[in-house]
Amino acid sequence: MPGKLKVKIVAGRHLPVMDRASDLTDAFVEVKFGNTTFKTDVYLKSLNPQWNSEWFKFEVDDEDLQDEPLQITVLDHDTYSANDAIGKVYIDIDPLLYSEAATVISGWFPIYDTIHGIRGEINVVVKVDLFNDLNRFRQSSCGVKFFCTTSIPKCYRAVIIHGFVEELVVNEDPEYQWIDRIRTPRASNEARQRLISLMSGELQRKIGLKVLEMRGNAVVGYLQCFDLEGESGLVVRAIGTACTLDKLSSPAAFLPACNSPSKEMKEIPFNEDPNPNTHSSGPSTPLKNQTYSFSPSKSYSRQSSSSDTDLSLTPKTGMGSGSAGKEGGPFKALLRQQTQSALEQRGGSPHRFCRRREFPFFTLTAFPPGFLVHVGGVVSARSVKLLDRIHNPAFVGIMGNTRSYKLLDWNSFNSDEPETRDAWWAEIRQEIKSHAKALGCHAVVGYSESTSICEEVCILSASGTAAVLNPRFLQDGTVEGCLEQRLEENLPTRCGFCHIPYDELNMPFPAHLTYCYNCRKQKVPDVLFTTIDLPTDATVIGKGCLIQARLCRLKKKAQAEANATAISNLLPFMEYEVHTQLMNKLKLKGMNALFGLRIQITVGENMLMGLASATGVYLAALPTPGGIQIAGKTPNDGSYEQHISHMQKKINDTIAKNKELYEISPPEISEEIIGSPIPEPRQRSRLLRSQSESSDEVTELDLSHGKKDAFVLEIDDTDAMEDVHSLLTDVPPPSGFYSCNTEIMPGINNWTSEIQMFTSVRVIRLSSLNLTNQALNKNFNDLCENLLKSLYFKLRSMIPCCLCHVNFTVSLPEDELIQVTVTAVAITFDKNQALQTTKTHVEKSLQRASTDNEELLQFPLELCSDSLSSHPLPPAKEHLESASSNSGIPAAQRATSVDYSSFADRCSSWIELIKLKAQTIRRGSIKTTVTVEKASPVGDGNFRNRSAPPCANSTVGVVKMTPLSFIPGAKITKYLGIINMFFIRETTSLREEGGVSGFLHAFIAEVFAMVRAHVAALGGNAVVSYIMKQCVFMENPNKNQAQCLINVSGDAVVFVRESDLEVVSTQQPTANCQSSCTEGEVTT
Amino acid sequence: MTSELDIFVGNTTLIDEDVYRLWLDGYSVTDAVALRVRSGILEQTGATAAVLQSDTMDHYRTFHMLERLLHAPPKLLHQLIFQIPPSRQALLIERYYAFDEAFVREVLGKKLSKGTKKDLDDISTKTGITLKSCRRQFDNFKRVFKVVEEMRGSLVDNIQQHFLLSDRLARDYAAIVFFANNRFETGKKKLQYLSFGDFAFCAELMIQNWTLGAVDSQMDDMDMDLDKEFLQDLKELKVLVADKDLLDLHKSLVCTALRGKLGVFSEMEANFKNLSRGLVNVAAKLTHNKDVRDLFVDLVEKFVEPCRSDHWPLSDVRFFLNQYSASVHSLDGFRHQTLWDRYMGTLRGCLLRLYHD
Repeated sequence: MPGKLKVKIVAGRHLPVMDRASDLTDAFVEVKFGNTTFKTDVYLKSLNPQWNSEWFKFEVDDEDLQDEPLQITVLDHDTYSANDAIGKVYIDIDPLLYSEAATVISGWFPIYDTIHGIRGEINVVVKVDLFNDLNRFRQSSCGVKFFCTTSIPKCYRAVIIHGFVEELVVNEDPEYQWIDRIRTPRASNEARQRLISLMSGELQRKIGLKVLEMRGNAVVGYLQCFDLEGESGLVVRAIGTACTLDKLSSPAAFLPACNSPSKEMKEIPFNEDPNPNTHSSGPSTPLKNQTYSFSPSKSYSRQSSSSDTDLSLTPKTGMGSGSAGKEGGPFKALLRQQTQSALEQRGGSPHRFCRRREFPFFTLTAFPPGFLVHVGGVVSARSVKLLDRIHNPAFVGIMGNTRSYKLLDWNSFNSDEPETRDAWWAEIRQEIKSHAKALGCHAVVGYSESTSICEEVCILSASGTAAVLNPRFLQDGTVEGCLEQRLEENLPTRCGFCHIPYDELNMPFPAHLTYCYNCRKQKVPDVLFTTIDLPTDATVIGKGCLIQARLCRLKKKAQAEANATAISNLLPFMEYEVHTQLMNKLKLKGMNALFGLRIQITVGENMLMGLASATGVYLAALPTPGGIQIAGKTPNDGSYEQHISHMQKKINDTIAKNKELYEISPPEISEEIIGSPIPEPRQRSRLLRSQSESSDEVTELDLSHGKKDAFVLEIDDTDAMEDVHSLLTDVPPPSGFYSCNTEIMPGINNWTSEIQMFTSVRVIRLSSLNLTNQALNKNFNDLCENLLKSLYFKLRSMIPCCLCHVNFTVSLPEDELIQVTVTAVAITFDKNQALQTTKTHVEKSLQRASTDNEELLQFPLELCSDSLSSHPLPPAKEHLESASSNSGIPAAQRATSVDYSSFADRCSSWIELIKLKAQTIRRGSIKTTVTVEKASPVGDGNFRNRSAPPCANSTVGVVKMTPLSFIPGAKITKYLGIINMFFIRETTSLREEGGVSGFLHAFIAEVFAMVRAHVAALGGNAVVSYIMKQCVFMENPNKNQAQCLINVSGDAVVFVRESDLEVVSTQQPTANCQSSCTEGEVTT
Repeated sequence: MTSELDIFVGNTTLIDEDVYRLWLDGYSVTDAVALRVRSGILEQTGATAAVLQSDTMDHYRTFHMLERLLHAPPKLLHQLIFQIPPSRQALLIERYYAFDEAFVREVLGKKLSKGTKKDLDDISTKTGITLKSCRRQFDNFKRVFKVVEEMRGSLVDNIQQHFLLSDRLARDYAAIVFFANNRFETGKKKLQYLSFGDFAFCAELMIQNWTLGAVDSQMDDMDMDLDKEFLQDLKELKVLVADKDLLDLHKSLVCTALRGKLGVFSEMEANFKNLSRGLVNVAAKLTHNKDVRDLFVDLVEKFVEPCRSDHWPLSDVRFFLNQYSASVHSLDGFRHQTLWDRYMGTLRGCLLRLYHD
């Protein structure tokens, strides 16, 4: 499918003054695609040039269309000396390549310069004509849709969810090439920006090819990351979930032929598997589900990247590791056979269920109803690697030669480089897979991968949630039929996913099982940890909250192998402590499950940082969590005892308070009847699990005594004391605020349309003297807590509101610097509305009728309403009072003892489970119009009374940004394509730009602006699933210099307000109406 | 542990009106934080001083970045970097261009030059307005002046179009520009009792009636300069006081009409010639730039003060001035009726406004 790319340069505005003498600029534009360049005429002496150029036409093949960005350079013409560059615009034309998305890119783009930032804007129109070409051997994958959203996009239906796709490409980092010594910083930055843009394009194309091979038509949950490995290069890698999507309400579905999986499904029923616990490490191994595959003796032998190479060599099929499709060409089929046979030979262990697809992973975090059958718990794997300079490809080509990077792929002598990285990841994925299997699960959902690099050491991490899925959605039995029987039993109940997927008699780790509090038939664990979002049909009691575990560990500075060894040795301890902290905090909140768990381990020169964030909830199906019991080691000391009891009281108070705060008031159930733990599984004779058996057990257990699980903190040294203190120092958010790191807050369902996405960055410098672990922990803790406090303060005008999708990222840019970056969205909700929905709905529509509707359309309300400072703040009391009654059960009563110091036990319960049930949270579809209506008269009214005319004719359309997959109170009508942008900003006049804060503040604002401009040019009015994947900041205050790299992505969409929808839907195509309004030109 | 970097960037730019006011008032971050603490915000929100400090810094940084755009408000509307709702944009602009009464009285009618800028220190000390705020206000005046200086058409419209100010504020700026351009003296001690509003009122009347634009909006010149020809012609009015007969006739006409209606009739009768001479001489002198500058001083000296010393109530002043202007139409020997109306119509309005304590 070759195509014709057409570009027209219309005009510029707000250009900088380039000629000091005249205070004007003689601007012209270069338009470059691939190796072809066009130029406009010079528009003399103007800061607002009107070029109105002809259509520049590029005839290119579609491979290039996918890989290359369109590069637009604005220059100042100079007769006597070289023309000065004003700045550039890179436009990714990928959205124009699939039919349903945008048809034209047209709008004002900020002109960006890596040294000066945004310098004016340029108006550009871009179109693509694609010619059909049925070449089977094509290298392009035009037409495959990409979504960052980690759920099935709103206006689509999943026909089939195929599974995991991944790819990575490697290149030399231009910043570290020899030529960098002689070129300007600007040239170097631009080379980097351009290279990454090219690599992203190539990566996306390659992933698209894989999807086509699998007969899919889309990638959902697409996550692309950069590893800046410094001297050893630049890795761009991506993972995603291949799907076949069907546009809702579009009549003809794209149905692939290869949809006959039913046979294979029955092949291997779960129960026949003689030994589900085949995972190599026996029960005695404490860290069953984590791996530190850096083994000092072998790994850094320069040639083989890690000790267990046998695992990772197999999938190398020239396409990178992994998921070769089922029905590829004959050549592919052959490869697949080889891969399969290789897999079967591998290590002798019968990984039978994964025969078809190597990694049954899903990057999705939310699923169609019925997809998720059971959830096993979090599985994670980490591996420490040395970045190996020596085996880097020799330098190939100079940047500026646009194709240079591709040589890396084609040149066989270099090709071992991506292979090495592939092997590393394959190894980790293998690890994850076996952990999942140990949990009796066949798939991993909510899967993600990350790295942390410091000098030449790199920690690769992967984590996900082991799960049993419903094969109905999977093409060819990725997850085979083993779960069929259970399906039947469990589907009707909404607590099914909480039920344990593993055999209770062969539990992979000690856990306290009870009968499900909902259906009373199946077993559930006492606590459940997951990386996914709360399933929509889960029953939650009360509200959720953000729970964070924070941890620092000092380490000695060391080189290469010694360093890697040191890190490897520290990791298990960190994991353990992070887990303990999470567990304690969860109990302190009176909750029993974590969702959206994300553990980040960051490596620095002299320390390791661990930050775990998750959203705690109380799942109705799981047992009530026990309290926290404090025990002293020296019981004879009277004052000490007093101290202990004092602490205990404080803890109990906190738990009670939290229960009140989060409205956790589980229905009173007699503990005698249900709450009893199942007698030690291992002591019982083996039983085959079956329905009837289970119900027998229920009656049997009714009589048993009810001691709840327990948590005892032994305070035997100052460390433990610190831990207890730190538990209590977490301050709850001020009243009216909630926070979570999942998409939606459990227990709140009446969102208004007022949203505010933000990014906040903090860097602190540690006083370098005598740093201890405790001091470090305290600093880090304070940093995070203060940051949250600042956020609550800044957003106080939005109360009552919830910070959703709170995403913390920690990095250690230098020895004594800690950088924390937070991105989240604040959404206002209406506390009263839930109670009286029907009534207010009527009032609302009346109100609405009387409000000037056009006004509402033109001034997006989110914006107007911040003047609404006197938003009613209904007291939370009434809920709280009812909640408080049953919270006072003495913790002691529930306590059985878990030895705090028993490392092995605690660690192994790391693979935790979940369970939930359901209170329906209908995201996005909530009646949100109330505040909208309230806000507008105030906001607009004020404005009108004063001086309406001047500002009303603003031409800049509002673009909303949110890390969520939806927009409250609105319906997404169209996905326009993926936004994936990478920017570098550098300054040599740091002080003049307001210091580091001024510099970064301006840069982030500029990044937002560029994202918004691209979305608007595509005809969109919002970015959903927005994420800032990287924010690498380096400074050198002595030289007055700083540099920052930012990578962001998201899905550009068109949304229509629900309130408008009612009006519009009776008329015409909604999308058109909305996009025209977005593009601006609003005249009043 | 010290904070090296601390920023918050929202997709919609957060604007805190209170902090904006503090910033406009020229307070340093430290002072602003102290003032905010005093406002009781910590108690209300449960925040700490550190949080407040960080928040204030953030807002200040944002305002600092916005300032460049506020210098050319249409840019603020079209720029892409800060997503700000229109109502907030209007607020930002309006507040940025707002000025303090005390400050404007100090610089009204002065040349907006470097020299004046140097005096800002003194003005700051005298008015208690921070130097930073004085500078902003001064620079605003100067910027508006520069932009509209050479422009044709209505002064108010030009200002409104280029600075997107509310009607009210645009009118005030028109007055400021007009005063600066004509360098009217407003600082004399005897003028101290007058407010900016009084002057702005007069300026508006003068712009409407005494400038070139007033007669013919198509003219090359604009609202800022007084109509030179008109000023020249004003000399013709001198006959009203120079010709003894005319003056007597004028006086008798006024006295006849006002007898019994004026509380201060006898004072008026006694003073008529003086007052009339004063008003007409002011007109005749306006050919000289120097005398134009002293217009308000003269008006106060020649008319407001004499009347005030005789305790004329405002209503009597109004009666008198109405009659005084109207009677001229009955003077057969006087040929410059339109000129007189153009002059006196405006002057009457001004005098009535200037006549208070």
